[in-house]
Amino acid sequence: MRVPRYHSPAALAGIILAIAAVSYAKPVTYGLPEVTFTFRPGPGMETAQNNCLTCHSVDYISTQPPNRGKAFWEAEITKMIKSYHAPISETDAKTIVDYLAKTY
Amino acid sequence: MMSRRFLLGAASGALAGGALTKLSWAVPAQKEETVNLPFANGERPLVRYPGKRQLIRQTARPPQLETPFSVFDEGVITPNDAFFVRYHLAGIPLSIDPDAFRIDVKGTVDHPLSLSLDDLKAGFEPVEIVAVNQCSGNSRGFFEPRVAGGQLGNGAMGNARWRGVPLKAVLDKAGVRAGSRQVTFNGLDEPVLPETPDFVKALDIDHARDGEVMVAYSMNGEELPWLNGYPVRLIVPGCYGTYWVKHLNEITVIDSIYEGFFMQKAYRIPDNSCACTEPGQAPTATVPINRLNVRSFITNLSNGSKIRARTSTLVKGIAFDGGYGITDALLSTDSGNTWTEAMLGADLGRYSFREWQTFVRLPRGPHELKVRVINRIGQSQPRAPLWNPYGYMRNAVETVRVHAV
Repeated sequence: MRVPRYHSPAALAGIILAIAAVSYAKPVTYGLPEVTFTFRPGPGMETAQNNCLTCHSVDYISTQPPNRGKAFWEAEITKMIKSYHAPISETDAKTIVDYLAKTY
Repeated sequence: MMSRRFLLGAASGALAGGALTKLSWAVPAQKEETVNLPFANGERPLVRYPGKRQLIRQTARPPQLETPFSVFDEGVITPNDAFFVRYHLAGIPLSIDPDAFRIDVKGTVDHPLSLSLDDLKAGFEPVEIVAVNQCSGNSRGFFEPRVAGGQLGNGAMGNARWRGVPLKAVLDKAGVRAGSRQVTFNGLDEPVLPETPDFVKALDIDHARDGEVMVAYSMNGEELPWLNGYPVRLIVPGCYGTYWVKHLNEITVIDSIYEGFFMQKAYRIPDNSCACTEPGQAPTATVPINRLNVRSFITNLSNGSKIRARTSTLVKGIAFDGGYGITDALLSTDSGNTWTEAMLGADLGRYSFREWQTFVRLPRGPHELKVRVINRIGQSQPRAPLWNPYGYMRNAVETVRVHAV
């Protein structure tokens, strides 16, 4: 059987110091500004809120080119479901597309 | 870890969805400074994030901040606090212990490594390179017809002096096994939902071992700003920013071609020499986006600038390409009919912004100034913008309309 080699007091002290160093090291933190802006009012707004905001803020929608119509938003919602696996029900997806096409 | 972040995300979502909607009716939103990017729906707030000066906020969560264009006239190096920010996934790290931070090097290697920041700094010979990081979708807002995605002006680019370790040295230490084909790169950022693909990028093994791709821990002589990938990011000189993985903590050598979403489905360009299609058309075949194309900008004048008529006037700007190096800069003051050679500034290396300048003397009236540059292998910029459905790689000759008075 292999005997561990670091049972000398000096080595143990080294290990303890190393552990102490790790546990006392300060993590660096970052504070992101709060996100407060919201969807434009319109029928279907709550459905959009409940689904879209899980992964991204409203400005991912509101900065898109204006008045692109239904096909544009259909493609976007499909991308969210198919590519990013957003758990949006079929009914909700239709409501959101209609809302976005009318409102943005 | 994931679940906590998801809960936070969901909680803030619920807040924004419920209480805050009503709140925003009761309390008028604080008036914030805005800029108007010159395309439809181009109004954006100017915001100050920790460690950053006032930048153009494209999106808040995940954050995307654009550099105001005037910064590019301040100097050839983009200051850290002005450098653009682009994340894909809202699970961005908000606490990192620099002593506990490790980069795992694994996969088809003989000696998997777990490198601390000290290991990186003390265990390898440091190298420096000045290189442009430009977002694939920089200038997407100018695409016509418009396309979906981040609606950026021209400020999703920056030029910095990066210091770090050649990826080749790290891979050599790990001992890449014969038959390895690619290296994948992952950072601490992660998706909100576990089902969403993680942001992982891949380079071919020869590219990864070219000696220039760098694991960087310093930017312009300082630690990397948090939002630019603290404490370590990948630098892929001459290639679009999508490969410059931030908060890099996982390097995996593989003996296959990486199948992940952000290589196989996203960040792909038409497989032809112009990376373009007829406007409105989808490409028949695509490849992963790769080298930067040639670009140039006038930085000291902008649309609507007034200059003094019949007086020698400085016109200057920046140019760059994917690493061949800019050899000629040409300026036209007559809408592109005739061109005169401008003078190139100091050469900080073939991956850097290259300054150019010239003097013009113009009669009273409106003038269209255009800049066009050529690189060492004769590549230049198209006069009319090229199009693709993703809004990538815009590099048309830029025009600035000035008035001589």
